[in-house]
Amino acid sequence: MTPNASSLATSLVQSVDWLAVAPPTIAALAGLAVLVADLFLPERRKHLLGWGAIAGLALAALALLPLLDGDRSTFCLTTGAHACSYTADTFALVIQFLVLGGALLTALLSFSALDDLKLPAGEFWFLLLSSAAGAALLPASRDLATLVIALEVASLPAFALVGLRRGDRLSSEAALKFFLSSVTATAVMLLGVSFVYAATGSLHLSRIADALTHVDPRLDTLAQAGVVLTLVGFAFKTAAVPFHFWVPDTYVGAPVPVAAYLSVVGKAVGFSGLILVTVLAFPSYADVWGPAVAVLAALTMTAGNAAALRQRPERSFSAVRLLAWSSVGQAGYLLVPIAAAGYADSDQDASRAIGSTVAYALMYAVVNLGAFAVAALVARTSPANRLTDYRGLYAARPAAALALGFFLLCLAGLPPGVIGLFAKVTVFSAAVDAGLGWLAVVMALNVVVALYYYLQWTTVLFRAPEPAAEPAPEPAAETEPVPAAGPATTRPRAVPLTAAIALTAAAGIALSGAPQLVLRFASSTLL
Amino acid sequence: MNHTVQQLLLAALVVLPLLGSVAALLPAPPGLRGRGPDQAVMRHGVTVTGVVLAAAIALAAGFDHDHPARMQAQTDIGWIPALDIRIHLGVDGVSLPLLVLTALLTFLSALYAYFNRPSGPSPKAFVALLLLLESGTLASFAVLDLMLFFLAFEMVLIPMYFLINRWGGAERERAAWRFILYTLLGSVVMLLGLLLVGLKGGTFDMVALATDASDGASGLSHTTQLIAALAIIAGLAVKAPMWPLHSWLPDAHTAAPTVGSVLLAGVLLKMGTYGLVRIVLPMTPDAAHTYAPYLAAFAVVGIIYGSLACLALARAGAKGDLKRLIAYSSVGHMGFVLLGIATLTPTGVNGALFANIAHGLITGLLFFLVGALKDRSGTTDLDQLSGTSGAALYGRAPRLGGLLAFGAVASLGLPGLAGFWGEMLAMFGAFDPADGLSRPAYLTYMALAAFGTLLTAAYMLIVVRRVCMGDHPIEPGTGSEAERPALADVHGHEFAAWSPLVALTVLAGLWPAALLGLTDPAVQQLLAGGTR
Repeated sequence: MTPNASSLATSLVQSVDWLAVAPPTIAALAGLAVLVADLFLPERRKHLLGWGAIAGLALAALALLPLLDGDRSTFCLTTGAHACSYTADTFALVIQFLVLGGALLTALLSFSALDDLKLPAGEFWFLLLSSAAGAALLPASRDLATLVIALEVASLPAFALVGLRRGDRLSSEAALKFFLSSVTATAVMLLGVSFVYAATGSLHLSRIADALTHVDPRLDTLAQAGVVLTLVGFAFKTAAVPFHFWVPDTYVGAPVPVAAYLSVVGKAVGFSGLILVTVLAFPSYADVWGPAVAVLAALTMTAGNAAALRQRPERSFSAVRLLAWSSVGQAGYLLVPIAAAGYADSDQDASRAIGSTVAYALMYAVVNLGAFAVAALVARTSPANRLTDYRGLYAARPAAALALGFFLLCLAGLPPGVIGLFAKVTVFSAAVDAGLGWLAVVMALNVVVALYYYLQWTTVLFRAPEPAAEPAPEPAAETEPVPAAGPATTRPRAVPLTAAIALTAAAGIALSGAPQLVLRFASSTLL
Repeated sequence: MNHTVQQLLLAALVVLPLLGSVAALLPAPPGLRGRGPDQAVMRHGVTVTGVVLAAAIALAAGFDHDHPARMQAQTDIGWIPALDIRIHLGVDGVSLPLLVLTALLTFLSALYAYFNRPSGPSPKAFVALLLLLESGTLASFAVLDLMLFFLAFEMVLIPMYFLINRWGGAERERAAWRFILYTLLGSVVMLLGLLLVGLKGGTFDMVALATDASDGASGLSHTTQLIAALAIIAGLAVKAPMWPLHSWLPDAHTAAPTVGSVLLAGVLLKMGTYGLVRIVLPMTPDAAHTYAPYLAAFAVVGIIYGSLACLALARAGAKGDLKRLIAYSSVGHMGFVLLGIATLTPTGVNGALFANIAHGLITGLLFFLVGALKDRSGTTDLDQLSGTSGAALYGRAPRLGGLLAFGAVASLGLPGLAGFWGEMLAMFGAFDPADGLSRPAYLTYMALAAFGTLLTAAYMLIVVRRVCMGDHPIEPGTGSEAERPALADVHGHEFAAWSPLVALTVLAGLWPAALLGLTDPAVQQLLAGGTR
């Protein structure tokens, strides 16, 4: 391990595979470009920034294509055992696709919100792209330091995004709450990382996994504590119990597109991090984290669904609040296969269980972004965004109402939301396969509870409109939602918003017809 | 008939209503506009269900009646390789009668609704939901893959929920909630059982699983079988419904619109008992053997309970609702079906399948009749209907009264009508249950079930007396009933919708071999393990 000094200089320089790191890099560079361009663009042309951001995200997503042919690793150690900090394997690519696609849809949602809420465009797009870059980096990182950095790059801009509604008390409070709890979690996680480093002497996940199989007995407690504390940080991001209290207030205070972003991309970040550390770094401690994650999953889904059940429909922002709590419940389902991976007999089984989480996450991303998109559409005409505001949506905007009904039934997992049903079936089968019968039963009960509030919302959509409102005539254009319901709210048509709804609905329907598109990850080895 | 044609017919049964359901939401094309959009869409419903019925009849005609035990018209294509889910469709002697019954009842419902538009929001949604419901029920009888069965099982929930919630009567929202939450809870529990069977058995294919179980090649240990069968039975029992999991049913039936009640009783309940015969008996034979006595006990309690509840409702002054009464009578009738299945003998299971069909025909007819009575008199409350002397339907609307009396005696199991054979065979099966089952216990069950038929006869006759008989014209001096309005007798479209049910009830009663010849070979094979 002590090569002579002359060769040290050359061998320490790691070669960089730029193609492999292209997706997060392009997103980050696009963010910087937008920030600089903001300085030179006149006010009336600011909307170009948004299209620039979308182009950047699309380009980053396209950069995934050349990587499909096989696993690539870069930033590898040049000395000693083979260990790399960045690996673009199937898992990384799928999550990167999810993150970049989610950010793209968020960008489409944001155009009208930027106009309506008078948010600063340049800063918004910069923050969104930076956060997306961090989120895209995370699933590919294979050492704890890179993981923590990626997590923070994804999170820090998100705090600012939440607090971007200047002068809004709710927004600042949400940002502060989000920030404080997130920072606490990060601090705890760093403590855990340092413990693990102390016990194993490495930060690379693969080498930690090796070292943990033969930890010095005196350091065993330290290693265990390190494992648990590291998980805490990711549990926070996924909004697992007991780190879920920030979710509803943060979602409500944030602009709706940002809430959508947090619910999908923020969660994906947390889950991919959790998967990486549990399955890649700590497989030998599966008896520690397996049961812990299982209990966490049960508590998370129960708490989320119970709280969602208690939402009063006439309260302001109840729609977003319901989506927030439902996302907590969904996080519980996402945790189930990870827990199952802890009980798996072989690496193959563990990988398949992880695949179930990935498949579910993809379904959830499409459907949840769609639901938020319709919520954003409704928020334009009724800013309070109460559940009661959705009454009679079918009469006013049949396409949007049908889309939202479809998304909600997908989330509930009932036909016609076939993809939601089968995504739940994969999660159930991962649990049953791993012998986690009790968790499957808890989840079954939760599915029933969740159906109640999803279906209640769906029913409201198709109610006759409130008697006060004049009955809307048969809409002329069936395919396109008409933005303005009354003469008082004549706002420009939200073309990008409509596009986002159409895109997610089309994706949801396509997946319902061919669930194999996402479910194939549940049967293949990803890592 | 050509095998490909049969395949296409079976696939069309599932796909056509689905396409029709989407098409119902779209605006009518020029040339098919009819007299306004409402009429056009209702006509669309009749057309699609009619075509589906024609396809079902063609399928039955082309069915190889010499080999009803063989799976026919099989289609088997991969759909989701990741979960090993295949689109495997097929029909044998067990499922064919149920397919035809479903297609028939849905068509009659659509026809009835065309002339007698249900009061509620847009007919567009009504037709779309009706067709979606038809697709789900037909699919659940046609699929041979456990996961697809579950999908089909779930597919009927949303349409039925909305049918009750939007077009129902009093208390409809609560009833709709109870219906969907109960059945969903049942079906997710069932999903866990199905997953256990599929994952341990190595395949989700029903035919393969049944064959494996009969060859002793099943990967299911005894414990696994017990757990899985318990979960599956629990889920199916909610749907069937088995006492004490029946409590969603009376509310749902009472609140549902006429068409909803007809389909709920006539078709949806059969999905539960069909699942027992198709999944539990062949795939987990050991567990079925273990649970059969308990299942039979619950079934018998259901028979007695349903009958007693009906007797209580039929009493004067009980403010009994006629729809609720028929709903409770369904609990009793489905008890016979469950008892027949729980005997694990060919006789009993054949009886159960026969009673399934008979109940679909007779109860469907009864719900139609009660719906018509409600349209005419505005109430289904027995006390309000009958007043002091009786509603005198024989005098006021003789044909309607006659039909109601016919439905009632068919329901109580008069020999010569469809209701008789199924219940008789179920009890006959209980007289001599399968080897290893406690004979004394089953003899007791049989005696109790026989007592249940007596109670059924009692309440049905009370209903006939209170609704059909009575003074007409009102004798002078009985004051309060002086302004009793005249009732319209059976209309032409009602005859059209009801006469097939009446005819089939008589036919099945006089010529039971037509049905038993279909089911018996298939049942023999299912009990011996597996359809091939």
